[in-house]
Amino acid sequence: MNIILILEQTLNGLQLGVMLFLMAAGLTLVFGIMNLVNLAHGSFYMVGAYLATTFYQATGSFALGVLLGLAGTLVVGIVVERVALRTLYERDHLDQVLATFGLILFFNELMAILWGRAAIYATLPGYLSGHVELFAGLRYPLYRLVIIAVGLAVAGLLWFVVARTRLGMLIRAGASNRTMVAALGVNIRLLYTLVFGFGAALAGLAGLLSGPIHVVQPGMGELILIEVFVVIVIGGIGSIRGALAGALIVGMADTLGRAFVRPMLATVLSPTAADTAGPALASMLIYLLMAIVLALRPQGLFPART
Amino acid sequence: MNSRTRAIVLASGLALLAAVPPLAGLLDQPFYLDLVRRVMIFAIAALSLNLILGYGGMISFGHAAYLGIGAYAVGVLAHYGIDNGFLQWALAIGASALVALAIGAVSIRTSGVYFIMITLAFTQMLYYLGISIEEFGGDDGMRLAVKSQFGLIDLNNTIAFYYLVLAILVLFLFLGHRLVNSRFGMVIRAARSNEARTRSIGFSPYPYRLAAFVIAGAMCGLAGALLVNHTAYLTPEFMNWTRSGELMFMVILGGIASIAGPVLGAFALLFLEDALSGWTEHWQLILGPLLVLSVLFFKRGLAGLLFGKNE
Repeated sequence: MNIILILEQTLNGLQLGVMLFLMAAGLTLVFGIMNLVNLAHGSFYMVGAYLATTFYQATGSFALGVLLGLAGTLVVGIVVERVALRTLYERDHLDQVLATFGLILFFNELMAILWGRAAIYATLPGYLSGHVELFAGLRYPLYRLVIIAVGLAVAGLLWFVVARTRLGMLIRAGASNRTMVAALGVNIRLLYTLVFGFGAALAGLAGLLSGPIHVVQPGMGELILIEVFVVIVIGGIGSIRGALAGALIVGMADTLGRAFVRPMLATVLSPTAADTAGPALASMLIYLLMAIVLALRPQGLFPART
Repeated sequence: MNSRTRAIVLASGLALLAAVPPLAGLLDQPFYLDLVRRVMIFAIAALSLNLILGYGGMISFGHAAYLGIGAYAVGVLAHYGIDNGFLQWALAIGASALVALAIGAVSIRTSGVYFIMITLAFTQMLYYLGISIEEFGGDDGMRLAVKSQFGLIDLNNTIAFYYLVLAILVLFLFLGHRLVNSRFGMVIRAARSNEARTRSIGFSPYPYRLAAFVIAGAMCGLAGALLVNHTAYLTPEFMNWTRSGELMFMVILGGIASIAGPVLGAFALLFLEDALSGWTEHWQLILGPLLVLSVLFFKRGLAGLLFGKNE
């Protein structure tokens, strides 16, 4: 274990963290304001990845692919909200979970019909591939640095919108008392649609950014969705701050755990025992972390102020 | 519909299930024997979920965990050459109860949407654990070379196995009925409908809920032991999160908070899946929206339709 490796894995953890944050932010906003548990949030992640990859291949421009992918996910999000989810706001959480579970089946199969079941590989344009030498001995992929930058920029933008703009004021007001906001003459339905579409676009952004690192395939959204649940449980539901803190904690714990649990176990256990227990423990790490946080603070680290 | 007619409907339903093996033999359709046996195993799992979801109001999105634990208990013992069925199934039940105790102890402290997410996350953890253990086949899983050995009952005899599953289903229907109508069951139901009042008449819901959670996990563990004997193959896919979702749908489709409802739901969902997948490769494209519609417009479930309003 040397310092370069630790730094590199820390950057990887940061990159996973901002990705989880992009997902968690939308999910937690939608829950905080509409009181909706949306399992199909992972589907927007998948839709974003597919659309951006396809548009990039069609237009030959990565930037255009990203923009069209984002716009496309926004539209899909708005349509889903209008058609299927609007009636669910007043229902209990059980109904919401079940209905959005049905939506997941639908979207996964739709992607399989349109693009096939096999994974497709998204590529990077020349100006985003390659490595940068951060300092002597540490060459890091440029694209991952871009993801970190984009994620942090979005986090800053989100804070600005929610804390400093009129729209953000309405969002916060809607979260604390929607009836009152509607009574004051705000079109709350439009606000819901906007917030939902915005959350979907954030998930789409996470998906299209992750496309070139992972593979694009049906069902790709659900694996990250469950990690995002862990993020939200740790951070506290309904709070953007909590989502950011939880995402960074989970991103770091997961990445560093996968990199270092096995070598650390190997120092105390026999190599074969470490080879068996290492990956098992590493894959369970974030869930154990969640259990510990819950035992100490059942409402998460940064619960939304009520 | 009064309780007498309800009992008649239930009895004729069970009689119908008992008639499946001779009928399948007569029509030379062994496939249906296999299908109905699988459905009954899932019915047992759904029935156990309903105890906590329907009667206890605990929306567990991780009930497939115990299917997996039960299956692994049998598969792992068999892997090391221990084929004694009594031992295997006892371990399946015991291990599931223990895991349910650990998961429940943490998650029942929370409620609402937290509870949903946490139960889902813990099951995903067990799923990844199953994938990462190469000794037991990793994500490929492994074959169950020898089924659980019970001496008199041979599980390789498909008809004997069928009736064993049916007997367990009937036993669990009876136990579930006794449980929800007992003092214990009353407390669970009271805590669902009004937690504050339950507290004020002197019951702390937590230990009761935890006990119900453990009982449901143990019952589902036995379903897992049956399932791995049914498929003769052990795979972490038993614990896949979509499996938990399916179990929830069986409960909802059948009718929440009625003992026989989940059995109906299991039949409805798995026969629907079977029919749709026989018709088109892209059956999930149809099943998904159908499930959404059932949630939106079919709240009382099949049992509600059949038996009228319960409770």
